[in-house]
Amino acid sequence: MSQVPASLLTLIAGIVITLLSVWVSLNHGLLPEQVSEQAPLVDNLFSIMLGIAFALFLVVQGAILIFVIKYRRPPGDDTDGVFLEGNFPLEIVWTAIPALIVIGLGIYSVDVYQRMGGFAPSTGMMAHSHPSAHVAHQPGHPPGSAIAAPLVADAADPASASVMDPDSEKAYKLPIYGFGAPPEAKNKADVTVNVVGLQYAWLFTYPDDGLTTGELHIPVGKSVQLNITAQDVIHSLWLPQFRLKQDALPGEKSQLNFVATKTGTYPIVCAELCGSYHGSMRTQVIVHTPEDYQQWLEENKVAQANSLNQAIAANPAEMSVSEFLTPYGEEMGINAEMLKQLHPHQ
Amino acid sequence: MTQAQIPVQNPPVIESSAHKKAWKWYEYFTFNIDHKVIGIQYLVTAFFFYLIGGLMAVAMRTELATADSDFIDPSLYNAFMTNHGTIMIFLWIVPSAIGGFGNFLVPLMVGARDMAFPRLNAIAFWLNPPAGALLLASFLFGGAQAGWTSYPPLSEITAPTAQSFWILSIVLVGTSSILGSINFIVTTLKMKVPSMRWDQLPLFCWAILATSLLALVSTPVLAAGLVLLLFDINFGTSFFKPDANGNVVLYQHLFWFYSHPAVYLMILPIFGIMSEVIPVHSRKSIFGYKAIAYSSLAICLVGLFVWVHHMFTSGTPPWMRLFFTISTLIVAVPTGIKIFSWVATLWGGKIRYTSAMLFALGLLSMFVIGGLSGVTLGVVPFDVHVHDTYYIVAHFHYVLFGGSVFGIYAGIYHWFPKMTGRMMNETLGKIHFVLTFIGTHLTFLPMHQLGLQGMPRRVAMYDPQFEPINQLCTIGAYVLAISVIPFTVNVIWSWIAGEKAGDNPWKAMTLEWTTESPPIIENWEILPVVTHGPYDYGLNGRSPMSEERPPASVS
Ligand code: HEM
Ligand SMILES: [Cu+2]
Ligand SMILES: [Cu+2]
Repeated sequence: MSQVPASLLTLIAGIVITLLSVWVSLNHGLLPEQVSEQAPLVDNLFSIMLGIAFALFLVVQGAILIFVIKYRRPPGDDTDGVFLEGNFPLEIVWTAIPALIVIGLGIYSVDVYQRMGGFAPSTGMMAHSHPSAHVAHQPGHPPGSAIAAPLVADAADPASASVMDPDSEKAYKLPIYGFGAPPEAKNKADVTVNVVGLQYAWLFTYPDDGLTTGELHIPVGKSVQLNITAQDVIHSLWLPQFRLKQDALPGEKSQLNFVATKTGTYPIVCAELCGSYHGSMRTQVIVHTPEDYQQWLEENKVAQANSLNQAIAANPAEMSVSEFLTPYGEEMGINAEMLKQLHPHQ
Repeated sequence: MTQAQIPVQNPPVIESSAHKKAWKWYEYFTFNIDHKVIGIQYLVTAFFFYLIGGLMAVAMRTELATADSDFIDPSLYNAFMTNHGTIMIFLWIVPSAIGGFGNFLVPLMVGARDMAFPRLNAIAFWLNPPAGALLLASFLFGGAQAGWTSYPPLSEITAPTAQSFWILSIVLVGTSSILGSINFIVTTLKMKVPSMRWDQLPLFCWAILATSLLALVSTPVLAAGLVLLLFDINFGTSFFKPDANGNVVLYQHLFWFYSHPAVYLMILPIFGIMSEVIPVHSRKSIFGYKAIAYSSLAICLVGLFVWVHHMFTSGTPPWMRLFFTISTLIVAVPTGIKIFSWVATLWGGKIRYTSAMLFALGLLSMFVIGGLSGVTLGVVPFDVHVHDTYYIVAHFHYVLFGGSVFGIYAGIYHWFPKMTGRMMNETLGKIHFVLTFIGTHLTFLPMHQLGLQGMPRRVAMYDPQFEPINQLCTIGAYVLAISVIPFTVNVIWSWIAGEKAGDNPWKAMTLEWTTESPPIIENWEILPVVTHGPYDYGLNGRSPMSEERPPASVS
């Protein structure tokens, strides 16, 4: 460090490290499929961080390795190394570079956060100023801006109000956590689903259609709003392929707004420790084409009209979950009584 | 007795032990008030708990070798997971790094005869065994199962008796750490030999000072949170009960206000150990003494304002998510300064590959990985994806296992000669290092991918697609488990029959090396006078290794 590190060698090392890091950042393949509009935003952020981290990793580990080899004690040499107390310019440089990197990352992450709709839900207290007119999102919008949703879970909505807070007056004052629509959006989501976490299952209710299921069905390309809460303990709704996660908190409201970009079946995972069988609290999100989704809705409405309980048990995809959980039925606490509570207007 | 009548604590009487230079072995099992005895008591107890916590980890990894829950019952898995985390944090790292090394070294390094309050010191230690016993006794009632974070409502409804034991245990450890902190602060501020300038205070003491200040501010908050939880469980209050107007998120704020700084409590003393070990074994003065000392203080200060990054997916409004993203990212800067300073210390050195140095270098390289993944976690949009997944498990084991365990091992190899008067076996030490290094990467590196791909943490059963990677981790865990054997053999054998060490086998320059090994009771016959800085290697071309170093103490 006594010479200026501008030698040819340093230059070449710099170029190689840069190229390698860019390559790693573009080709790491560490993340699963992208299925929501938010996913590419998160992934780009991760890829850039990974690239920077990889470069820093190479520089620091490289320096350690080189020093460790170059400055090992020659056999029989019992003298001390050179005395060096510090090097002010160097210290400034290595304080400034990380500082600039984190400032850059900070700004970039705020931007990503904003584009993911992170700012929307906190304005929940203003909900009453937006009457919940049921407006479909405007046609002609580019897909990115079509994540149209109200700023708050519709408090007038019977299922959500009854599940989350029987005292709907209070519901207005509660902040709502999660990822929401972009701040300018004033429209209601195309599909609203109320999600309740309980030991050890997720219940998805479709308030507009009077459906309750153990799996999440949504149409591709439409804005979806999940109003999330929990019955007993904290759970956490994680959609890995959507890069979205939100805790389901008993006594608090949270929500996720997103648009699925690809049809298929993807896992839903509970990410917050919720008891012995936390690991088995898994289900699926099925992203349909809009036509399939309509069809699914119709079929299930008919089925559930007959008997709520049977409909749930008869849903073949649901079987695996309930089969898995049957031995722990006592701990689960799903019963007809509770389902009725969730559906007072059935 | 009124306040005014309480007598001032007498300093330990020198004459009483003047005729006696060393303690008998059985005195290590008593309520001894010598800081060196207490330091070793801490270290040995902590290592004992480390082995228990490690066995729990091995049981968990065995369970996780297959996707199904087929080795231990899922509730038992959760109990192991909870107690493993609790033990590793509260009964291994904190007691060994702060209690063990801090007690043994701080008085020796500042030239004091003992800690400022020797009896308080002994009390602080003796709170630990009952705490550990309570924790283990909780298994008789099913074991606390809500994770080391013990979030309500889960912690209020699962195994309430065991959970109460868990709380009492943590409160005991917390009390111990508050008592210890007061002692360290007073000792450093008041008992430093007058000849030592502040910029000659060893960096380890700076680190312990910063740690103690942090512990003093944050620990009471944890205690408060836990006591409220205890009331909720046992006495019908409803601070955190959502169905009775309690708030589940409040607990998380109280908990993390302590427990994030707790991460620095664990790592700062280790940073201190690094700053002592690296200069000695590379025969170099530490690069950027002031930067390292001040960055400890900076980490403490900023560290108090980052706790919400553990709650990004919980009940946190957007402004909070962003404020804490920024503050979290800022902590990376002083941490980076430390890393760069240690790397620069190597430059131009004459590095000797002792086991202590190998572990220090291992720590450096592991901490780089843990630190970089930590930065990615500070950023909300990405943290939301990986929060509560194996990516987190990978990250914090890189920081805690790589960062702390390696540091503690480095410290033990470095100071063992001073503590016992005997050298450790270097061959066994190197086998230990190689096994630990390979095992750690094998166990924890693949976990990053598991988390990114969709495996949540704290699960006894998982999606079968993750099985192959998990098996790799499990093999790594077995390697780690085996790595403890050469170490344990080495310590026991060397303690009894190791080569005699002499006063200063590494030819180091801090004050603890100016007395006998092991140090006599009261540390010095006559207190040392500081004649040079703690890291003046190579200054004025002085002091080749072969010669005796000019004495630090003029007696
Ligand atoms: C012997 C090597 C170790 C292995 C194989 C190991 C393995 C594990 C495993 C499998 C978990 C459960 C992860 C989860 O489900 O969330 C875990 C959790 C944890 N480990 Fe380790 N671990 C080891 C050493 C350590 C050390 C040395 C520390 C700290 C100094 C540590 C701290 C923790 C903590 C804090 C948790 C979280 C517990 C909780 O979430 O309640 N571990 N470890
Ligand atoms: Cu759950
Ligand atoms: Cu769960």
